[in-house]
Amino acid sequence: MESSDETLGQYIEAAAKALELPIEPEWLPAIKANLEVTLRLGKEVASFPLPDEAEPAFVFEA
Amino acid sequence: MHAWGTASEIAEAVRRGATSAHAVAEAALARIAERDGVLNSFTAVTRDRALARARAIDAARARGEPLGALAGVPFAVKNLFDVAGLATLAGSKINREHAPAKGDATLITRLEAAGAVLVGALNMGEYAYDFTGENVHDGPSRNPHDTGRMTGGSSGGSGGAVAGGLVPISLGSDTNGSIRVPSSFCGLFGLKPTYGRLSRARTFPFVASLDHLGPLARSTRDLALAYDAMQGHDADDPVRARRPAEPTLPSLEHGIEGLRVAVAGGYFRRGAFPEALQAVDRIAKALGATRVVELPEAARARAAAYVITATEGAALHLDRLRARANDFDPAVRDRLIAGAIAPASLVVKAHKFRRWYRDEVAKLFDSVDAILAPATPCTAPKLGQQTLVLDGVELPLRPNVGIYTQPISFIGLPVVAVPVPLTPLPIGVQVIAAPWREDVALRIAHALEAGGVAVAPRPQQWEKA
Repeated sequence: MESSDETLGQYIEAAAKALELPIEPEWLPAIKANLEVTLRLGKEVASFPLPDEAEPAFVFEA
Repeated sequence: MHAWGTASEIAEAVRRGATSAHAVAEAALARIAERDGVLNSFTAVTRDRALARARAIDAARARGEPLGALAGVPFAVKNLFDVAGLATLAGSKINREHAPAKGDATLITRLEAAGAVLVGALNMGEYAYDFTGENVHDGPSRNPHDTGRMTGGSSGGSGGAVAGGLVPISLGSDTNGSIRVPSSFCGLFGLKPTYGRLSRARTFPFVASLDHLGPLARSTRDLALAYDAMQGHDADDPVRARRPAEPTLPSLEHGIEGLRVAVAGGYFRRGAFPEALQAVDRIAKALGATRVVELPEAARARAAAYVITATEGAALHLDRLRARANDFDPAVRDRLIAGAIAPASLVVKAHKFRRWYRDEVAKLFDSVDAILAPATPCTAPKLGQQTLVLDGVELPLRPNVGIYTQPISFIGLPVVAVPVPLTPLPIGVQVIAAPWREDVALRIAHALEAGGVAVAPRPQQWEKA
């Protein structure tokens, strides 16, 4: 079974290809480290229970 | 007029004829020439424009015309503001190839309409994705209190230029803390107004749903003067709220009587260095604030702001990442690429959470008028420092300087960062008010300044200049 590290590396390469983003191999460790933080924080947000009807605030109004 | 004259003192002296706008501009340009080789605050000095503008003010006075509230006051702007004739760099290498701006940002036009004199554009972190004030293309902004230390960012030059006595007022932008962080590290008053209050027309964006503009200064009166001059509807900014100008100067000296001030607990007491908490406690004591309130889910709010920033910022720069990736600061590039490929479902969740969090925090303002929180977890780090230890855990410095500012700008609340003159380095405290109540935050900041609790210290190196 692949480690999550390998899976994330494969995800980065596939997603970058799909978006036509050129990535040089030496950038990968930093991109991976940054994506890990974004995913961790994103999951923290996504785990907060909100009803289906909750409206997003795309353009924020104070 | 010496280097440490405030904007209100300068304008008063120019109106009285005690000095001329031209002499004030020449003195500011001379200070920039003398000090900025060290501070590296400026990326462009608009000498000819400044002197022409100053001469026009002096000529208006000679004709007996009334002068504005900022008559002859030198100011400078973060280089993401359009300045006619200059390429709008936004701290980048890539934007250097842009054509010179044809006109000025609305906020520059408004300050100049009040008599202020633009003297230049200021250094900043690349594309504003930064809390350090370091820039690989232009070199780091240096903290006037210790030039081996960071100004904070991304409005690094905006902090250094004001704290170093080059100009009394600068403009910066604040997406996640980029006015409040340099205000804290450089020992300044900084105002991040309510989201949508000030026009963003003709400025280079970063994260559309989080970007704010505002002033930094060495006194609360100067903040209020600049802020009041910049308010008002602007048809060129589709996001700006349709709200009338609400001047803050008339109530600036009303004091704190009747205002209910609380201290943010929980999240905002964790992970800070002792000096950050000492500063909050000193301000709280001066205000008699004993109540502690919890901003619900503040850690999650910070997480959501982080996700929105990474992904919206990446969307802005997607074409440049495809075509010019090697021309970015590598640290910025790698964060943006990660943001570009982050799943959209998490971003939508973050926007949904924002409305919930905004509504919950709004409830707190039913029973308090202002909330105190640290502006930064620490005083200015050394230039080049890569990590900091929070709660016993070593973390990357760049994203973590803004842990206390992000949950506030996430929902657009107005904040005045006030400087607490600790030794050896100052540190800031956020005075956070309800939406559209900049007047409350400024009143409190002014009372703290009048009581000598919040003070913008003069750097020893240039104290007597």
